[in-house]
Amino acid sequence: MYRVMVTARYYEERLQEEYLEGKQPAFDISAGPIPGELHLAAGHEASAAGVCQHLRDDDTVTAPHRPHHIAIAKGVDLDRMTAEIFGRETGLSNGKGGHMHLFDPAVNFACSGIIAEGCPPAVGAGLAAKKRNEDSVAVAFIGEGAVSQGAFLESLNLAAVQNLPVVFVIEDNDWAISMPKDRVTDVEDASQRAGGFDLPGKRVDSDDATAVYAAAKEAVGRARDDNGPSLLELQVHRRMGHFMGDPESYRPAEDSEAAKNRDSIERLAAELRAAGVEDAELEEIRDEAHERVDSAIEWAKEQPQPDPEDAYEDVFAGSKSGVTTTEPAHELADTTRAGGDD
Amino acid sequence: MAQQESTQTVDRELTMSRAMVEAIADEMRTNEEVFYMGEDVADYGGIFDSTQGLLDEFGHDRIMDVPISETAYLGAAVGAAQAGMRPIAELMFVDFFGVAMDQIYNQMAKNTYMSGANVTVPMVLTAAVGGTYNDAAQHSQTLYGTFAHLPGMKVVVPSTAYDAKGLMHNAIRDDDPVVYMFHKRLMGIGWMPAPDGPKTPVPEEAYTIPFGSADVKREGADVTVVTLGLHVHRALEAAETLAEDDIDTEVIDLRTLVPVDTDTILESVEKTGRLVVVDEDYRSYGVTSEIIARVAEADLASLEAVDRLAVPDVPIPYARPLENEVIPATDDIEDTVRAITS
Ligand SMILES: Cc1ncc(C[n+]2csc(CCOP(=O)(O)OP(=O)(O)O)c2C)c(N)n1
Repeated sequence: MYRVMVTARYYEERLQEEYLEGKQPAFDISAGPIPGELHLAAGHEASAAGVCQHLRDDDTVTAPHRPHHIAIAKGVDLDRMTAEIFGRETGLSNGKGGHMHLFDPAVNFACSGIIAEGCPPAVGAGLAAKKRNEDSVAVAFIGEGAVSQGAFLESLNLAAVQNLPVVFVIEDNDWAISMPKDRVTDVEDASQRAGGFDLPGKRVDSDDATAVYAAAKEAVGRARDDNGPSLLELQVHRRMGHFMGDPESYRPAEDSEAAKNRDSIERLAAELRAAGVEDAELEEIRDEAHERVDSAIEWAKEQPQPDPEDAYEDVFAGSKSGVTTTEPAHELADTTRAGGDD
Repeated sequence: MAQQESTQTVDRELTMSRAMVEAIADEMRTNEEVFYMGEDVADYGGIFDSTQGLLDEFGHDRIMDVPISETAYLGAAVGAAQAGMRPIAELMFVDFFGVAMDQIYNQMAKNTYMSGANVTVPMVLTAAVGGTYNDAAQHSQTLYGTFAHLPGMKVVVPSTAYDAKGLMHNAIRDDDPVVYMFHKRLMGIGWMPAPDGPKTPVPEEAYTIPFGSADVKREGADVTVVTLGLHVHRALEAAETLAEDDIDTEVIDLRTLVPVDTDTILESVEKTGRLVVVDEDYRSYGVTSEIIARVAEADLASLEAVDRLAVPDVPIPYARPLENEVIPATDDIEDTVRAITS
């Protein structure tokens, strides 16, 4: 767990550095080596690590627009994921998807930039497992802001009535872009919503990785043993802006400070030390993680840009069919005009 | 045509977002029934500055942040409009329409008709559109054609600050649902550099631009380019280069898709004999085919040559070379115009 968490944290730090390159002096979202928006997950590591620890490659995970830590915890190919984020040809999606749309079928990982829209496909994965009599499970990660969305609530209900092996995980970082939780919900504890669908809901109140691990063990185990879906709400913290470039002028400085002071990684390190793990061992894990990340980023940056013509591939499973490329100008017969003028 | 447009000369220049906000503020001051709701529109001021500063003057009651629940709040706008209020509801990215499409196309768009016009829906749905900054397939669409295709919604697409203000006044006063689609790259926000064109002189007083009045943004004798949104500026740029080679290009900005001003286009094509339609939306079944069909139906005889440029039928890819390939660029417009004038 510690390894996953330090990998994810350092990965985000390095991405942040790379992302800012070329975007200055005046922040320009369309410049630099990493294009588009970038949502980082520093402060969210405990949830991904604690939950995915219980998952196998054949278990399905759907992640939202803030996916890197979950992808890392699920074992997504780090090199190809990084190449994808840099928009390179050898990326997971050949440069078509980008950071919010990472797909790694080898470990059954997918994500989507549309809020709560990963929930229904997770239910579908659970349905497939059940129909095939397999014991794989599906986990849908969403933010606390996403619980107002119909797709989430409908998915809870469908999974409940079909008794499907699905775990819904809410990463509660208290903010949905500029909206603090208390301004968008009257239900402080989102895990209570599970009651409305007659399924178990549990909240882990601090970003305590070991507590997350224990709660997830129960929820995933329940799903795996064919005892149906459950809802897990995990407190995490948003240490930075919603996306890179977010001025956060809506957020009180104390709140950002508090988020930075609640560090699940340091907390886990302290626990490990207390349990007798040597500092040297923790350092070694960290160094290895950093090396792994640096090598992925280096590799990704060396990868070729996609050929522009690749844009026309992959619309359908059979490649090019159905796509209209630019056709030559169409000249109407001269007679048309002459005829019309008559 | 646009008889109500202001003729006063002004030297005050505004960005497109400032001009939009000015119209909204003015309507809110004069009409208590006007209010604005959406995600991150209050404290944040709109992710694309669409409501910047409005919270200070009008407070949270009239500039309302809502939970991430597009079905609920867009549908609530329909309900409030049917109750006689004049809501403006913002869809942060037009790409998110899918989660609330029923409220949009089965309620907002159809209730007037289904009630025999005994019920009206005087609301504005604002939405950010457009790519060109590598945000991939779920955050880069324009979808002009989708909204214009489904009957019952007026569809507005401003390309300059002057137009944005006049069209917004008209949109709020209109008794029908108006979809007001603003291109992110035209807004003049800090992190997304705009072309020079959209920042224009804007009169301080209120004025309306009637729907269905296309604007000839550049007069020319050899070829007519019909377009809208960001591509008005790309077409104007192309026209400057083409002028160096003695190709005299007329650029028509549609400004509204529903109702659409076919007369201005026909007049122009009668003069030039050649038509190029440029659109940032998908090619098939879209704006380009519609405009060409209208000209062909009404006056096939005047058409010597015709061509169109649009996004080939692929989702918008992430990597920069891929996105550049599919979104019409200034030199694509130049090439197409050259091809049909040679
Ligand atoms: C359907 C939909 N509506 C709005 C958005 C814009 N949006 C992206 S992230 C976000 C906030 C999400 O908050 P939360 O679920 O709490 O996750 P967090 O970003 O805090 O991790 C919003 C409103 C979207 N992507 N999809």
